[in-house]
Amino acid sequence: MPGPGQRKGFSKPKNTRGTIKRLIGYMGKYKALWIVVFVAVIASASAGIAGSYIIKPALNNYIIPLIGHQHPDMSKFAQMLGVMLIVFAVGALATWGNSRLMVFISTNVLYNIRTDLFGKLETLPIKYYDAHPHGEIMSRFTNDTDTLRDMLNQSVPQLMSSVVTVVGVFVMMLVLSPILTFVVILCIFFMMLLAAKIGKKSANAYRDQQKNLGTVNGYIEELIDGQRIVKVFNHEDESISEFAVLNDNLCASGTTANTYANILMPMMGNLSHVQYALVAICGAFLVISGRMDIGTIAAFLQYTRSFSQPVTMMSQQFNSILNALAGAERIFAVIDETPEVDNGTIELVNAYEADDASASQRKRLVQSYAFTGEWAWKKPGENELEKLSGDVVFDHVTFGYESDKTVLFDVCMHALPGQKIALVGSTGSGKTTTTNLLTRFYDIPEGSGSITYDGIPLNNIKKDDLRRSLGMVLQDTHLFTGTVRENIRYGNLEASTVQVEEAAKLANADTFIRHLENGYDTVISGDGGNLSQGQRQLLAIARAAVADPPVLILDEATSSIDTRTESLVQKGMDGLMKGRTVFVIAHRLSTVRNADEIIVLEHGKIIERGTHDQLMAMKGRYYHLYTGNSIAVE
Amino acid sequence: MERKYIAYTCLSPLTMLGEVAMETVIPYIMALIIDVGIANRDINYVLKTGLLMIGCACLSLACGVAGGRLAAVASQGFSHNLRRNLFTKVQGFSFGNVDKFSTASLITRLTTDVTNTQNVYQMVIRMSARAPFMLIAGAVMACIINMKLAALFIIAIPVLVIAIWLIGSVAYPRFSIMLEKYDKMNNTVQENLIAIRAVKAFVRGRYEDEKFEKSADAVRAAQVRAEKLIVLLMPIMQITVYVSIIAALWFGGNMIVAGTMKAGELISFLTYVTQILMSLMMLGMIFVMLVLSRASIHRICEVLDEKSDIQSPSVGLKTVADGSIDFEHVSFSYNKKSETSVLNDIDIHIKSGQVAGIIGGTGSSKTTLVSLIPRLYDTLSGTVKVGGRDVRAYDLVPLRDSVAMVLQKNVLFSGTIRDNLKWGNRNATEEQIVAACRAADADSFISSFPKGYDTELGQGGVNVSGGQKQRLCIARALLKNPKILILDDSTSAVDTATESRIRAALKDAHPETTKIIIAQRISSVKDADIIFVLDDGKINGYGTHEELLSHNEIYREVYESQQTGGDADIGTSAEGGN
Repeated sequence: MPGPGQRKGFSKPKNTRGTIKRLIGYMGKYKALWIVVFVAVIASASAGIAGSYIIKPALNNYIIPLIGHQHPDMSKFAQMLGVMLIVFAVGALATWGNSRLMVFISTNVLYNIRTDLFGKLETLPIKYYDAHPHGEIMSRFTNDTDTLRDMLNQSVPQLMSSVVTVVGVFVMMLVLSPILTFVVILCIFFMMLLAAKIGKKSANAYRDQQKNLGTVNGYIEELIDGQRIVKVFNHEDESISEFAVLNDNLCASGTTANTYANILMPMMGNLSHVQYALVAICGAFLVISGRMDIGTIAAFLQYTRSFSQPVTMMSQQFNSILNALAGAERIFAVIDETPEVDNGTIELVNAYEADDASASQRKRLVQSYAFTGEWAWKKPGENELEKLSGDVVFDHVTFGYESDKTVLFDVCMHALPGQKIALVGSTGSGKTTTTNLLTRFYDIPEGSGSITYDGIPLNNIKKDDLRRSLGMVLQDTHLFTGTVRENIRYGNLEASTVQVEEAAKLANADTFIRHLENGYDTVISGDGGNLSQGQRQLLAIARAAVADPPVLILDEATSSIDTRTESLVQKGMDGLMKGRTVFVIAHRLSTVRNADEIIVLEHGKIIERGTHDQLMAMKGRYYHLYTGNSIAVE
Repeated sequence: MERKYIAYTCLSPLTMLGEVAMETVIPYIMALIIDVGIANRDINYVLKTGLLMIGCACLSLACGVAGGRLAAVASQGFSHNLRRNLFTKVQGFSFGNVDKFSTASLITRLTTDVTNTQNVYQMVIRMSARAPFMLIAGAVMACIINMKLAALFIIAIPVLVIAIWLIGSVAYPRFSIMLEKYDKMNNTVQENLIAIRAVKAFVRGRYEDEKFEKSADAVRAAQVRAEKLIVLLMPIMQITVYVSIIAALWFGGNMIVAGTMKAGELISFLTYVTQILMSLMMLGMIFVMLVLSRASIHRICEVLDEKSDIQSPSVGLKTVADGSIDFEHVSFSYNKKSETSVLNDIDIHIKSGQVAGIIGGTGSSKTTLVSLIPRLYDTLSGTVKVGGRDVRAYDLVPLRDSVAMVLQKNVLFSGTIRDNLKWGNRNATEEQIVAACRAADADSFISSFPKGYDTELGQGGVNVSGGQKQRLCIARALLKNPKILILDDSTSAVDTATESRIRAALKDAHPETTKIIIAQRISSVKDADIIFVLDDGKINGYGTHEELLSHNEIYREVYESQQTGGDADIGTSAEGGN
C-alpha cells in the first residue's frame, strides 16, 4: 500500500531506492548478460554518435579540399565510407543484440516476480483474503506487472542508450568547442528544470487517474457480476447514472494526466530548437571571426540535435519508470506480507502396523510413504509414532474476528473418536466460526482457551498436516477449471481412477457424471458454472471422500441438492462418516438425529447439549427449532 | 462519438501540422545560416535568420502544446464515451445476452480492452498526424535541396516498408497467442483467490504453485516468441538510415566536389534523411500497434453490435392488472438449437393472491420456469401471461416492477444496508423499510449491528452471514410491493420457525400478492394453495398437499423420504456467523 510519503510527485527516495534495489535483485540473476547488454548499448550508441561525427571529417578532409579539382581522387573518401559502413553495421547488430537480450531478461524477471507473488499468496492467512477485495489483488498481477513489463522492455533500454549517447555526445562536443558546449549546457539546465516541474504535475495527475480507474473498474465488475439483480430490480437507469459520475471523474483526471504527458515532448523538442538556434548564432560568430571552421560548426550542430533528443527521451522515460516503480512497490508489499504463522512441529504421517522387533507380540507403527489410510502423529525427538484416534476437545474457547466483537463465548466440546457432533443454532450463532478455528483458518488468541486434537494442542501441529487430517465440505463449493476427475482428485492427488470413481459412487455423483458429455473427463469451468448447485456439492462430497480423512467437517453440505437425490447422498454420507469423528453443521433431521451429541449454539454460547431424545425431552430451544413452532427465538 | 470530441480529434492533427511544418523549415533555415550568413560573413543575416528560427520554434511549441492537450482531451473523451456506451449497452442486455459473453469476459472487455483501445487511439492521433506530415514535408524539402540525391529514397523507403509489413503480420498471431495464455494465467489466479479456502483445506498450496508456474512459463515463452520478432524493427531501420547516410555522403560529396551542390545543403539533406526514415518508422509502429490491438477492438465491437434479446415492445402496457399467472403450452430451452428442452409444454394457472409451491426436478428447471414470468428469458413456444396479458405485451419496466424475485444466489452490493434495500424502492420511507425488514425477519439482526441500517456491506456482502443475506434480499424484494413475489429456494438458509414467520408476515402485509415458493422441503410448500410437481421439465401433477399425497407418486415419495429419517428440516439455520 502506498506509504504516506507517496502523495508527492516524486516519491520519497527511501521507498524508490528500496524498490529499485529489489528490482535489481531480481535482475541480478543475469549479471553476465547485463554486461553484454551494456557493451551492446555502448556500441550502438557509439555508432550513432559516429554517424554525426562523420560529417566534419567528411567535409573538411575529403570533400572541401577537392572542390574545383578536375579529376578528384575520391578513393580515400570511399575508403573512409567503407569503414563507417562497418561501424554502422556493428552498431545495428549491437542494437539488435541488446534488445533481444532485454527481451530475455525482462520476460524472465517477470516470470520470477509472478511466481514469487503467487507463491506468497498461497501462504497468506485467510484473514488477508477476507480483508482485501479480489480486484485489488488481481490488479497486482495484471496492471502492476504490465507496467513493470513495459518499463523493463522499453524504458530501461531506452534510458540506458540515452544516457550513453548523452555522455558520448557531450564528450565529442567538448572536444570540438568548449564555448559552444557551455551554451548547450545552459540550455539543457533550463530544459531540465522545466521537465522536472511538468514531471511532478504529471505524476500526481497520473496517480489520480489510476485511482479513478480502479474505482471505475471495480464498479463495472460488481455490477456486471450482479447483472441479474440489476435486471430484476429495474436498476439499469440508476446504474448508468452512477457509472456516469465515476466515468466523468476518470475522464477529467485522465485528461489532466495525459495532457501533461503529451506536452512534455513538444516542450523539450522545441526548446532544443531554440538551443539549436542559439548555438548556430554563436557558432556563426565564431566562424565569421575566424575562430572555427565550417566543418566543425556543422558537426557541432549535428551533435546538438542528437544531444537534446536523448535528453528528452530520458525525461519522458523517467515518468513511466516512476509509475512502474510504484506498481513494483505494491507487488513487493504483497510479497513481503507475513505468511501464515505455523509454529507447529508435530507432523501427521501415513503409517502401518508392523511387528515390533523387541517384543514379539507387540505391534508398532511404522511410517509409510505411501498412502495407507492409517494415520499417526510424528512428534519431533520421539521415535514412537502415536496413532491418530480423532479425539477433539474444545476447551473454554473464546474468540472474535475483531478484537471488539466476540463471536464465541467459553465454548466447550468433546468429540470422542468416531463420534458425530452436530452443531445447530440460528444465524450468526458461531457454527462456522467453530470450524474456522478447528482448521486454523483463524487462530485463537493466547489465553482464550484451546483446542486439542488427540490431546495435542492445535497450535503444536503443523498446519498442513492438520488440514490434511480434516476433510471439509464447505458451504461454498469451490471447484476449479479442469476435468471432473481432476476436481475429485483434488482431495488426494495420488488417488487411482478406481478410487476416484468409488468416491464418486459414495457421493452418488457417479450417475450424473456418467451422463455428462465426456463423463469423468468433462471439463467444468471455474466455479463449476455448467453444473447445478446440487451437482457441484456432490462433487465436493466426492472430493472429500477420496481424501479419506479421519475427521470430517460438514458445513451445509447438502442444503441445495434436490430432494430425491439427497436421501441417497445421506445414506452414502452415513457410510463415509463411519469410523470418523464428524462435526456437522446442518439442518437436516437425519444428519442431526443420529448424532452422538447435539450442541445448540446461540449468540456464540452453548445453551443446550445432549442427544436428540434428551433435548426433545428438555422441551427447550432445540425442541422448538425441531418442531418448528413459531415462537420468537431471537 | 460526441461531436465535441470529433472536433478535438480533427483539431489535434491540424496543430501537429503547424508543429511539423516548423520543424521541417528549421533545418532549411539552418542551411541558410551556413551557406549564406557564414559564407558571406554576414552577421546581421545570421542574427536575423537565427531569430527567425527561434520564432519558428516558439510557434512550433505553441502548436505542440495545443496539440498535446487536444489529443489528451480527444482520447480521454473517446474512451469515456466508449465506456459509457458499452456500459449502457450491457445494462440493456437480457440474461441470454449476458450468458453468451459470460460475465468475466464482459468485465475484461469493459476494462482492459477499453484501456488498450484508448491508448492506441491517442497514439494514432498524435503520431498519425505527425508521421505522414513529417514524411511528406521531409521528402519535399529533400527534393528541393537536391533532386538527384533524393532518388536514393526510392530504394530506402520500399525496403523499410516491406520489412515493417512482414514483421507486423508474422508477429500478430504470436501476440494473440500470448494474450490467450495471459488470460489463462490470470484466470488461474482469479480462481485461486476465490477458492483459497478449498486450497488450504486440501493443502494444495504447493500443487497450485506448480500449476501456476507452468502457466506463467507458457506466457513467458509466448512473449519471447512474439517480442523477439518485434526487436528486429529497430536494427533494420538503423541499417536503412545508416546506409542512406553513407550513400548520401558519397553521392553528395561527389556533387560538392563537382560544384553542383553546396556543403550546407548536404548537411540539411542529411537531417532530412533521418527525418524521413524515422517518420516512416513511426508509421510502421502505428501499423503494428493497430494490428496488435485489433483483438481488443474486435471484442468491443462484438458487444456494441449485440442486439438485446429482450426489449420492450414499442407500445407496451404500462400497468399490471393483478398477480394472476398463466403458462399456456410453454416450452423453453437455453440453446435454441438444442433438441431437448428444459421445459416442455408447461401449463400452469395461478390466481392472483394465491400461494403456489413448486417442487421437484433439478434446481435449474424450476428457476428457469419462474424466470419466464418477469421476462428474463423468452419462451421458445407457448405464452406466459401475467395479469391476464402476454408478458411480451408489457413495457419491461412496469412488468419487472410488479414481479419481485429473490434468487437462489443472493447478491448484495457494496454500500449501506439501506442503500441495498432501496433497490426495491428508491423512494421508500424509513417506515416502509423497517416494515419490510420486519416481515423478512431481518429487522432484529440489523438493529443488533452498531450502525444498524447504515452498516456498510463489503463487496458481495461479506460481513453478513448467508442467512442474513437471504433475509435482506427478501426484504429488498418486499419493498417493491410487488404483485407477484417469487421465492426461489430462498429460505433454504433460514430455519423453519423463521420461515413460517416470514410467510405469515407476508400473508398479513401483502395479502393480494401472488406468492410462488420454490423449495426442496415439502414443509415449505405444505400450506400452499396449490402445489406443482415438476419432473423432467414437465408438470407431473398439481393440487393441494392432501390431493398430491393421495394421487401423486413423486410427491408422496419425496414427502415420505423427508419425514422418516430423511431430510425434514430440524429448523436450524444453515450458516454460521462470519
